[in-house]
Amino acid sequence: MITRALLTDDRTGKWFLAIVLGLAVVVPLLHLAVPPSSPFHISTATLALLGKYLCFALLALSLDLVWGYCGILSLGHGAFFALGGYAMGMYLMRQIGTRGVYAHPVLPDFMVFLNWKELPWYWYGFENAWFAFLMVMAVPGLLAFVFGWFAFRSRVTGVYLSIITQALTYALMLAFFRNDMGFGGNNGLTDFKDILGFPVQANATRAALFAASAVALALGYLVARAIVASRLGKVLVSIRDAESRTRFLGYRVEHYKTFVFTVSAIMAGIAGALYVPQVGIINPSEFTPANSIEVVIWVAVGGRGTLAGAALGAVLVNFAKTTFTTGFLAPYWLFMLGALFVLVTIWLPKGILGTLYDFWARRRPAEKSAAKSETVPQPAE
Amino acid sequence: MTTLVPTDAPAPLTPSLLYLDGVTVSFDGFRALNELSLQIAPGEMRAIIGPNGAGKTTMMDVITGKTRPDTGEVLFDRGVDLTRLDEAAIANLGIGRKFQKPTVFESHTVEDNILLALKGDRRARHVLMARTSAEEARRLEEILEIAGLSAQRERLAGLLSHGQKQWLEIGMLLAQDPKLLLVDEPVAGMTDAETEATAALLKRISAADHSVVVVEHDMAFVRALGVKVTCLHEGSVLAEGAIDTVSENPRVIEVYLGR
Amino acid sequence: MGRLIRLLLLMGSLLVAGAGAPQQAAAAPEDLAAGLALIAKDSFNDTITGIYAIARSGAPHSAALVEALHDRRLLIDTANQKVFYRDTAGAVRDAQSNDVVATPPANLTAVRLNNRVRSAASAALGALSLMNPDPARRIQSAQAVMKSRDPAALPVLEAAIAAEKLPNVRKELQLAWAAVTFSKSDAPLDKRQEAVALLRDAGTRDAVSVLRSLPADTAAPLREATTSAITSIEQRLALWGYAQNIWYGISLGSVLLIAAIGLAITFGVMGVINMAHGEMVMLGAYTTFVVQEFFRTSAPGLFDYSLAVAIPLAFLVAGGIGVAIERGVIRHLYGRPLETLLATWGISLILQQAVRTTFGPTNREVGTPQFMSGAMEIGGLVITWNRLYIVIFAGLIFVGLLLALRYTPLGLHMRAVTQNRRMASSMGIRTGRVDALTFGLGSGIAGLAGVALSQIDNVSPNLGQSYIIDSFLVVVFGGVGNLWGTLVGALSIGMANKLLEPYAGAVLGKIILLVAIIFFIQKRPRGLFALKGRAVEA
Repeated sequence: MITRALLTDDRTGKWFLAIVLGLAVVVPLLHLAVPPSSPFHISTATLALLGKYLCFALLALSLDLVWGYCGILSLGHGAFFALGGYAMGMYLMRQIGTRGVYAHPVLPDFMVFLNWKELPWYWYGFENAWFAFLMVMAVPGLLAFVFGWFAFRSRVTGVYLSIITQALTYALMLAFFRNDMGFGGNNGLTDFKDILGFPVQANATRAALFAASAVALALGYLVARAIVASRLGKVLVSIRDAESRTRFLGYRVEHYKTFVFTVSAIMAGIAGALYVPQVGIINPSEFTPANSIEVVIWVAVGGRGTLAGAALGAVLVNFAKTTFTTGFLAPYWLFMLGALFVLVTIWLPKGILGTLYDFWARRRPAEKSAAKSETVPQPAE
Repeated sequence: MTTLVPTDAPAPLTPSLLYLDGVTVSFDGFRALNELSLQIAPGEMRAIIGPNGAGKTTMMDVITGKTRPDTGEVLFDRGVDLTRLDEAAIANLGIGRKFQKPTVFESHTVEDNILLALKGDRRARHVLMARTSAEEARRLEEILEIAGLSAQRERLAGLLSHGQKQWLEIGMLLAQDPKLLLVDEPVAGMTDAETEATAALLKRISAADHSVVVVEHDMAFVRALGVKVTCLHEGSVLAEGAIDTVSENPRVIEVYLGR
Repeated sequence: MGRLIRLLLLMGSLLVAGAGAPQQAAAAPEDLAAGLALIAKDSFNDTITGIYAIARSGAPHSAALVEALHDRRLLIDTANQKVFYRDTAGAVRDAQSNDVVATPPANLTAVRLNNRVRSAASAALGALSLMNPDPARRIQSAQAVMKSRDPAALPVLEAAIAAEKLPNVRKELQLAWAAVTFSKSDAPLDKRQEAVALLRDAGTRDAVSVLRSLPADTAAPLREATTSAITSIEQRLALWGYAQNIWYGISLGSVLLIAAIGLAITFGVMGVINMAHGEMVMLGAYTTFVVQEFFRTSAPGLFDYSLAVAIPLAFLVAGGIGVAIERGVIRHLYGRPLETLLATWGISLILQQAVRTTFGPTNREVGTPQFMSGAMEIGGLVITWNRLYIVIFAGLIFVGLLLALRYTPLGLHMRAVTQNRRMASSMGIRTGRVDALTFGLGSGIAGLAGVALSQIDNVSPNLGQSYIIDSFLVVVFGGVGNLWGTLVGALSIGMANKLLEPYAGAVLGKIILLVAIIFFIQKRPRGLFALKGRAVEA
């Protein structure tokens, strides 16, 4: 019901949801039901790759929510993604049980290796799936809430905010590289066996994880869409365009920013949690500041402030990355990525979808209401 | 509206809606406001004039919570101390502000601009679920009518002309239904006809029991308002009174109007 | 002083038999003969005494003899009570004369060994090198003895001290003597007290660890003296440790300053978020590398002057690329800081990859000129020359930049443009040119930073990445648009980092610092030295 209400005015959204949910059904089918000999068969590797793209799409969506609609350029969203991933990884580590190399009933291998005698307190509870899944959302959410509360209350904005978010993920990276943090040091968490009792490597499990990623992306889209379509969403755009004006209208900007930042971090955390079982590892390199900046370019390529565009950008850029980082073009990938950053910001500031919207709007001005047909410096939707 | 019967408020009892006393603000040694004192009565309209750097905008910043004064009292509506509140809290008390440069939400429609400004619960959790009520719809129509923007309601505010943006911003102020309106140079860049219409609009607002403080350079406009005038100079009040008295004050002529 | 003389006299009297100058071969031939006679008896105790006699004798081949004994190459003709040895080449020599014996006696047997004999031989070997003609070797062996604290070395040590003429070598020998004597539980108490005093005055970490090794059941007077000596040394060491940490802090601060000061221009003054700043630093470092390669191949004799060429060249290379970036990209993005951030990040990726494809992904070797290598010691403070030069270099850049901004036409125009672009433009300043040159200046200074950092860090394509976050934090922490703020920011972050390190470790210290800066920026979003006023309000 609400979905229908949300989408009445959102043609892109309808297409987006149709495609994503279609993928959720079709891709697992092509993987499981179609024999490997068939040209339509989707291999395990491709399935994992596509699943990875969907997780990145959700991450990009979460960033678009804060950057595209509220003007908060977070250069640390990779940190929330990684934290969600670590929460999931901890659950998966506990599921290994005695099947580890050292066959310790409680401690993961790396702890045995480090001569630890008991589980650190912050690993308690992660053997329960529900607890771990709660933490997937709670840890990034809480960090974003606390960080955002302080930063937004002190009115740290613009590039200053970007720089401190970057410092945040950098600090976390250094911390997670340390062995005595209890997260496996630079090797991270890996060698997973089961998720919810199903073997992680099994085809059916992989197919289910893919479907789950697609559903998560669709739900993420709906949540983001619900937020931006609400009056709160309008306030967010107002903050983006004229922060102090919004304050003088009586809106507590810091509350709004903290809210949307936290929601976005939770979405990023979920994306990370779905990513980890599909790639089979989580390590501190996910916290690298460069990773977080790359997410920004996905959003910029697809079109900031378009939600669906962000997801599209994530898939396109990552598809290009997989294509070009293998084979003879590999040494040139960073040139291409770098050029993409430069060209998109100068020539395609609205990204693919934003530019398309403008183009359609100019083609069919009569069809649409006046408001939709005109272009403004920054697209609201 | 406010009844200004003295109450048991701890602050000095005053019949004023806005009460500034001995307000000083300095930026790196430069005194933008220097022992400024000013009172605005409920329902009063006041014009503030003064040369550049006289402290007009800083005064507004102090009243709306953007700038904290170094010393001095700023009281509003039966003794609420504005120096302890932030912009949002002050706005919710009933002080609206229009900026010198028209500031509207350019990527929202005219309608949405007014809707966001309408008086109401500003808490995020309420705003998230808010639906436009019948009362809000009625107010919206009314304000669009007053601001003369009914025909433009679906347009994006960024596409309005300069004058329309000024009016939209005044409309947003009305939507806030504040007790006190601070209006910074509302007719800058307007045609004569628009200027007259704006003067009429402001008078109408004031007549509806809103206090209005207008900062303006345009003496013809100030004259058209026909209200008490305060001339600021170097952060304090130089002269105060009817427009004719003030404009004949030799000091005012010297520092501001010119000979 | 008196104590020292007394000590020397004491040792001298102990060494009546072997007194003289041990380095001179013919010093005590009778010792050699006596020693050999003892060894010929082939009883363990006599052998050990014999080893010492040989060591004392100062015969040129005494080391060869002891070594032979240790390796079972010392042979006895039991019938004639004569000693021979087989040298490392396999020839049999007479132990007394060291002449090669053409026809060795038939029934030679190797001198018997047990562990006591073996360790005595080792000690004697160590001791023999205490008298090596090369002073550096003598110091080395003294330090070796200090570590082993082998009581067997004591007699030779004493002989060596008596003979030693160089004061610095003697000091080391005495320290070794003190360490041995102190650890020898049957040494006379006054000697051991003497040793404690010597160790205390030396005041090194090694001395502390010697003093610490005292068994708990030692008699009270010595134990008390030892404890007080340890405390005194540790206090002194802690003091020097603080000084050293402060120096490290200044050093790190100067590195941060040098890396951030270019950014203070581009970000602080122009407001451009240049994420490729680190790559400008990297380019400066690679320029240094290229210049040095050129000198290595063309003029190796002038290698020490390579930096004199690298410094201006790095400035020009990085500055030129900076101007190109400003004209090509950043110019189109003024007023859009977040987009500038992204575009310059893209440029940084391109520059990194370009360097990676040109020079390879691995670290390149950048040499240090002679005058910059090594270290000087002030008390317990070790200051390496290259660090000192970097501190000076950073200071020069800072002062130079300050002066340039104040007194040059470009500086004047820069300030005019940043304060009021329209006004500057209408007064005939070509703002575009000023922008490009300002950005070029900031980038050029980053190039200079690269020259400095090439001396202390790995020159790799990732060099810039490791400095970019720190640099931004320094500028933001110090307060944007204020060079003095950058100076104070760099020094305080450097200092805080190094003072935290001993307690928290390098990584955790860094994390704590990052978190602290994040909190600080939230407290004072405009940094330490914020510009206040209407103009900065967005």
